[in-house]
Amino acid sequence: MTTAAVTTGRKPATMAQALGRALRDSMADDPSVHVLGEDVGALGGVFRVTDGLAKEFGEDRCTDTPLAEAGILGAAVGMAMYGLRPVVEMQFDAFAYPAFEQLVSHVARMRNRTRGAMPMPITVRVPYGGGIGGVEHHSDSSEIYYMATPGLHVVAPATVADAYGLLRAAIASDDPVVFLEPKRLYWSKADWDPGRPEEVPGIGRAAVRRRGTSATLITYGPSVPVCLEAAEAARAEGWDLEVVDLRSLVPFDEETVCASVRRTGRAVVVHEATGFGGPGGEIAARITERCFHHLEAPVLRVTGFDIPYPPPMLEQHHLPGVDRVLDAVARLQWESEWTAPSGGKGFAGFEGGVR
Amino acid sequence: MTVLEQPGSYRPTPPPAWRPRTDPAPLLPDAEPYRLLGTDEAAGLDAGLLRRMYGQLVRGRRYNTQATALTRQGRLAVYPSSTGQEACEVAAALALEDRDWLFPSYRDTLAAVARGLDPVQALTLLRGDWHTGYDPHEHRIAPLCTPLATQLPHAVGLAHAARLKGDDVVALAMVGDGGTSEGDFHEALNFAAVWQAPVVFLVQNNGFAISVPLAKQTAAPSLAHKAVGYGMPGRLVDGNDVAAVHQVLTEAVRRARAGAGPTLVEAVTYRIDAHTNADDATRYRTDAEVETWRAHDPVDLLERELTGRKLLDEDAVQRERDAAEAMAADLRERMNQDPALDPMDLFTHVYAERTDQLREQADMLRAELDAAGDTTPGPQEGAQR
Repeated sequence: MTTAAVTTGRKPATMAQALGRALRDSMADDPSVHVLGEDVGALGGVFRVTDGLAKEFGEDRCTDTPLAEAGILGAAVGMAMYGLRPVVEMQFDAFAYPAFEQLVSHVARMRNRTRGAMPMPITVRVPYGGGIGGVEHHSDSSEIYYMATPGLHVVAPATVADAYGLLRAAIASDDPVVFLEPKRLYWSKADWDPGRPEEVPGIGRAAVRRRGTSATLITYGPSVPVCLEAAEAARAEGWDLEVVDLRSLVPFDEETVCASVRRTGRAVVVHEATGFGGPGGEIAARITERCFHHLEAPVLRVTGFDIPYPPPMLEQHHLPGVDRVLDAVARLQWESEWTAPSGGKGFAGFEGGVR
Repeated sequence: MTVLEQPGSYRPTPPPAWRPRTDPAPLLPDAEPYRLLGTDEAAGLDAGLLRRMYGQLVRGRRYNTQATALTRQGRLAVYPSSTGQEACEVAAALALEDRDWLFPSYRDTLAAVARGLDPVQALTLLRGDWHTGYDPHEHRIAPLCTPLATQLPHAVGLAHAARLKGDDVVALAMVGDGGTSEGDFHEALNFAAVWQAPVVFLVQNNGFAISVPLAKQTAAPSLAHKAVGYGMPGRLVDGNDVAAVHQVLTEAVRRARAGAGPTLVEAVTYRIDAHTNADDATRYRTDAEVETWRAHDPVDLLERELTGRKLLDEDAVQRERDAAEAMAADLRERMNQDPALDPMDLFTHVYAERTDQLREQADMLRAELDAAGDTTPGPQEGAQR
């Protein structure tokens, strides 16, 4: 699936290649940048994102570590204490959990604990999310855990250009960044010129991927292409949808989101993570607090089910697809009562049509 | 009949990499903890160093009793005393050069003080003032670590980074016997050995993890034996013999600095006080056991050695005690002043730059403080937008 590339006339590249290029350029620009993780060296990472780095920069700069996520991140803390900028790879979302104590108890709060004396310029790369047919423990959407930890930045690119620009910004950041890489977009392609990273704003700014007037779809990461496709499909039904790609979950760009919702008066938050206690609840609450008088309907959420990540043969039922997004858009014709979802049949499943 | 049905008939030839790469024998600790004080070997020890260590031990003991008293007065939220373990604390601090780094656990305030940290700064965490009362880079002392063993991989990473930069810096990381059961202990030792990082791990085996005795913590022959599984030497030392701990740690630091890799040192000692003031140690150990260890007191052991060798007379003992009293009086006085905390600091160091959400929350708190009549600008306010 082609992502919403913001550039044209450039060389085609995949998101995985853009991420690798970001690592390479960061390492070339700054000798304090070190990459470490399981399989990042000779193999180039299981997704080949770190391909060639050990060869170009040596094993001291791109280091294959023992298989131990807490050890990898814990060592990165000590390296950061000594002035390095470690970029660690967690290989798969669910593999990051052993490192959680280091992340929550140390990485996130070392700056605060030491009153600014010990910043933690660590980037934690986490390939995340479903849609690649991974077996159990290879497809989690764990962003809410990171979002709930003060001191961390949480970033999720959806385009090739963003993958490059945001990863460079994350590595340059003096604060720790959990960098969520949507696995199913690794092979998405776009024409892209790494020589012009200025096209990507830094961490903390959302991007309006599609202008519209009828309602706003607020999304990020792997759900961005889904929402763009839904917006195209909705056009035929008379809905002109705006799509906001958050890009960064922490800091959260309230300004862009609220400006959009005030224009359109309707909002749907879309993500793969579970709905109960998920990121959408936080976003919906913020919109309600800030934009209540502009809202024509309740803020709706389209999310993964509140279940442990399903086996790959069933994941298409779990992941929010275009029809489920359209179904929510149809329900935005709210009058007085909450309307139950129609079962993901899109506009077709909604009695009375649209508008 | 298949080979599996014939016991002993299936003997695969292991490929070369399966064979042990290192002879484990030199890595194994001695059967008994290493001791120096009271032995013939002690006669060769540096008298000046021993006297210095004695002064540190006397002050350290006084520091422990004073800090414990401060908890009773409500001046400290909690104090995990290292009374009985002062030899480990002092030896750890003195084994390091200025450029080296110390990674203490929550019980190791005394090691930080022995390294030169202001006693009040060492206590901010335990007072409930800011979590770390000092700049770790200035003293090369990492923040006191409360989660168990999580500071050990930090020590490995820092030592590794220093070596990558070409600095001959050693990191000494302290952990208790309970901490050796944590996953981070394993991961840190494994990383250190694989990377041959210049790290020394000092386990203070004081017999209990709060109330759980060592026998319920591990089935290993000793905690020092754990080293051999990682491919590093394990050393067992009498943790109440400050000269022995210092010698073993100094040798381990020298090895690390020379590029020979990490060492695991187990110092066998005893926690005379309860885990903290919130703990009732009579529930899990007997007075008789405590008294046995009191007879093996680290301060007395060194005092006997020094007086026996005529390196210390009553006047000198009194001078050290007076110095310790003066330190305690100063600590008491300064700890009895309420610290000046600025509530606005709550938002100052969460991120390098405040998020919009934090800016709003800071404004809200500022308004609350203004409404309450507190208009005193704090020291940090305005330092960051």
